[in-house]
Amino acid sequence: MTRTSTLRWLPLLSAAAILGACQTTPKPATEAPKTSEAASPADSASGAGSVQPVRRPAPVTGTPLPGTVQDFVINVSDRVFFDVDQYDVREDAAVILERQAAWLKRYPAVQVRIEGNADERGTREYNIALGSRRASAVRDYLVGLGVSPSRISTVSFGKERPIDPGADDEAFRRNRNAHTAIVSGAR
Amino acid sequence: MRMSAAALLIACLVLAGLSGVPAPARAEIEVDVNRGDIRPLPLSIPDFSGDRGGDIARVISDNLGRSGLFAPIDSGGRTAEVSTEPDFAVWKSLGAQALLNGQVNLVDGRLQVDFRLWDTFAGQQLLGLQFTSTPENWRRVAHKISDAVYERLTGEKGYFDSRVVFVSESGGRLNRTLRLAVMDQDGANPSYLTDGSEIALSPRFSASSQEITYMSLRPSGSTVYLLNLETGRRESLGQFQGMVFAPRFSPDGAQVAFAVERNGNSDIWVMNLVNRQSRRLTSDPAIDTSPAFSPDGSKVVFNSDRGGSPQLYVMDASGGGARRISFGEGRYTSPVWSPNGDHIAFTRQSGGKFHIGVMRPDGSDERTLTSSYMDEGPTWAPNSRVLLFSRQEAGGEPRLWTVDVTGRILKPAPYSSGASDPAWSPLIN
Repeated sequence: MTRTSTLRWLPLLSAAAILGACQTTPKPATEAPKTSEAASPADSASGAGSVQPVRRPAPVTGTPLPGTVQDFVINVSDRVFFDVDQYDVREDAAVILERQAAWLKRYPAVQVRIEGNADERGTREYNIALGSRRASAVRDYLVGLGVSPSRISTVSFGKERPIDPGADDEAFRRNRNAHTAIVSGAR
Repeated sequence: MRMSAAALLIACLVLAGLSGVPAPARAEIEVDVNRGDIRPLPLSIPDFSGDRGGDIARVISDNLGRSGLFAPIDSGGRTAEVSTEPDFAVWKSLGAQALLNGQVNLVDGRLQVDFRLWDTFAGQQLLGLQFTSTPENWRRVAHKISDAVYERLTGEKGYFDSRVVFVSESGGRLNRTLRLAVMDQDGANPSYLTDGSEIALSPRFSASSQEITYMSLRPSGSTVYLLNLETGRRESLGQFQGMVFAPRFSPDGAQVAFAVERNGNSDIWVMNLVNRQSRRLTSDPAIDTSPAFSPDGSKVVFNSDRGGSPQLYVMDASGGGARRISFGEGRYTSPVWSPNGDHIAFTRQSGGKFHIGVMRPDGSDERTLTSSYMDEGPTWAPNSRVLLFSRQEAGGEPRLWTVDVTGRILKPAPYSSGASDPAWSPLIN
């Protein structure tokens, strides 16, 4: 069980804030801070009664302010993933895009850029085209959920901007993605 | 009966199915440098006499040796005066079937190189020439001599007086810096053309060797540029609605073909560089990209997944008449037509590996030349004999490699830093 105070996550949160605008964000869904568990009381095992128990300080929890880039990255998730050579929006991606659309409607000043990415198991120019398809599929999905197309631009980085340096299936899975980068308008 | 050195080599080439004789269609070839029946021709290139004579001999020797068709023999410190007939017995005893000797003079501030090529067994002179240039141009003179020797002994044009533009890759696997660079074909004189503030991809030479086109990629989008190597002048092809990528010059330099993406769909366009009018060549909901002109300018080979997976198609340069030419197992991308028109080289992905292969423009006689974790992006030497491509091991950095069109001579290119997307220039005039 984790005894880590959420305070320890704060540097990571600010790192996420910096990284929010680029494509090297760590896995948002799995690495988001967990709600801190109640600190277990200090060991008060029976024994010499002369020792006074010292109360562990109460945890301080941190959470991004609503409408910030890190709010979007951590609480909404800024990246969706695709199957090999595919660009259709999967069910797990649809859930995230619905959250993205709701957030974007809540903060109408925000402009985003959808960056399509491909894994390295394809050639350079084909992957530029494939990344474009992915970015466009995400844009269309967000527009279908009511986000104005004028707020969304797209670009493809092909296989040139991986987020995982590995050369295994897990790395390839992560590198097949579309990243929703906030360009402007966040609080 | 004893054959001359030249006849011997040509005989070898014919036996290998190289001189225009179609090779039989083959299944996957296991690539092994040591396999195959070409015995490289042993030749000796002693230091030329005079200033820079040793350097010039070394550049020639490296060029010819790298081709895989010649085996330079250490002359053991021996030299051969260019003014008298060599003592053939000495060179034969070293095992040399051919001898190249030369002499460098500075005449009125000009570099003057006299050289002769000899068949040591027949005791005959095969070539006797004088090349003149500026002294600082000595490497280029050495490349020209290499081309003259190659042509005399193989009957085909050489490719040594040429350059390569490529994407230099540095900085690890995440956030790599990708910038354009150019070098001589032997790796000498490398220099950067862009500063790395943007991702530079897909450089290609014009027929003049003085201009390149490439794609620049930034978060805000992509641009296709024309870059004049002599003047450094850079010019954009203009604004497009979506991504614009994969540019190539037409053989006459008057047009650039490229891919344009709109709403996720990539099609092939061509721009007339004189009047700047663009025209769409394909109109298909599939990905169409990586166009390459035939050397006569009448056809374009390109990559499309209109049939369900990426395959190669040939169409008229005016658009239309597209027909599929790749039918093997796997995915075919990045086609490029050989300068002599005989072959189309490509990248093929099958069985979890990437391969460089060649086929006839009608799709027949497909042959696989290489195989690795990632072989990609072939480009032809100006004589259509050798291909340069990038190879990346799993988790590694890409490097440039060469393979000859038979697949027998596979070597790392003489440039040992991270590099991809090479494009070979035509012979420099």
